Amino acid sequence: MSSILEGLSRAFSLILHPTAELLAIIVLSLKVSGSALVVATLLGLPLSAFFGLKKFPFKGLIISVLNTFMGLPPVVVGLFVYLLLSRSGPLGFLALLYTPSAMIIAQTILAFPIVTSLGHSAIVSVDPLIRQASMTLGATSWQISWAVIREARHGIIAAVIAALGRVMAEVGAILIVGGNIAGFTRVMTTTIALETDKGNFELALALGIILLSISLIINFGLHVLQKRGLPKVSS
Amino acid sequence: MSLLLRASDICKAYNGNHVLQGASFTCDKSGIYVLTGDNGTGKSTFLRICALLEPCDRGEIAYVADGQLLQHDIGLRRRITLVLPKIGVFNTTVFNNAAYGLKIRRMERGSIRERVSSALNFVGLAQKQQQAALTLSSGETQRLGIARALVLDPELLFLDEPAAFTDARNREIIEEIILRLKKEGRTTVILTTHDMKQAERLADRLLILTHGRITTP
Repeated sequence: MSSILEGLSRAFSLILHPTAELLAIIVLSLKVSGSALVVATLLGLPLSAFFGLKKFPFKGLIISVLNTFMGLPPVVVGLFVYLLLSRSGPLGFLALLYTPSAMIIAQTILAFPIVTSLGHSAIVSVDPLIRQASMTLGATSWQISWAVIREARHGIIAAVIAALGRVMAEVGAILIVGGNIAGFTRVMTTTIALETDKGNFELALALGIILLSISLIINFGLHVLQKRGLPKVSS
Repeated sequence: MSLLLRASDICKAYNGNHVLQGASFTCDKSGIYVLTGDNGTGKSTFLRICALLEPCDRGEIAYVADGQLLQHDIGLRRRITLVLPKIGVFNTTVFNNAAYGLKIRRMERGSIRERVSSALNFVGLAQKQQQAALTLSSGETQRLGIARALVLDPELLFLDEPAAFTDARNREIIEEIILRLKKEGRTTVILTTHDMKQAERLADRLLILTHGRITTP
């Protein structure tokens, strides 16, 4: 218990007086997870809208695969990306292994099914009357789709929040493809794992607290975004 | 009226159940057309087909303006409007709901504000402009549906059972709104109701749908 309290006190002092190394780790973590989330969202949201609004063969099968991929084990993704990017792999010529780019690719693969599948669920949950209402009011097919997407906005933001949680907390995949190289691919989660192994609990705890705080701030920001534009419920 | 609707020999079946079996009707004069009949006779189906919301199995819906047969395109769909019994409320304010049709037509903000205020005033919802539309009562929601259609100034307004899910007070208000529309004479209204007394109160022309066909009394 005392080591936890001591660790916490040193952690807070580290947070109040951060070292350059700590700041670099935080910045890289945000860059990697942020980039992965942006790429996964840019790819996943249009696809989720397509799956939610159009009918085509094997759609059910594709959705089932996406739902399954939401639970992809990070180490399996890490291994897969490692094999792709390793020198003898099909994308080895890109020389991306043990770089932040490899970490972004791995995290994008983890976030993509979450954004797409939960986004799709949000869109298909929209009341079918919304589509009919838009149509009767003279909307074009694009405008009808947009009206449905707008109605699904809370669920879509929830999908992005869920994906963010996944990539921010992820350690297995980025450890494999990033290599946890100090000053280059070391991020918060991999540092926590490493420092815990070394018995350096205060840095691990400090990073844990910072990680939680950043997640809290981003989630709160997204929550505010979710509420924006909504009318007051009281009359 | 400049827009003429001619529904000829409309047939529609759902899972082998032949709802419409050669229903025909022409709307060539302004006023209120009331299509009545028992529940399940296909009134809503007929209205949805006329409003181009769904296709018929056989027959033809023809819209004619200035002697020209019109294509069933977005241009025509923007000249007519259908208000469903359950209107489909956007999760936003009453104002934004009423403004939707104008916004998608890229109308200028000032005009939108003016027309929406006027339409909401017309249906008695002017005081609730900034209220969440989802919190309106069913009768108010139905009036919002009518306002949302009226802002578009449609040449032909289809109302499918406009007072079906409302209480007696809102039914009265909705009937008053329809009668005021008739008085103003800007819009031709085609509405369905299973309430024969309501049909008689509102109709300039009464149509009865029975056994899949339309007759006049």
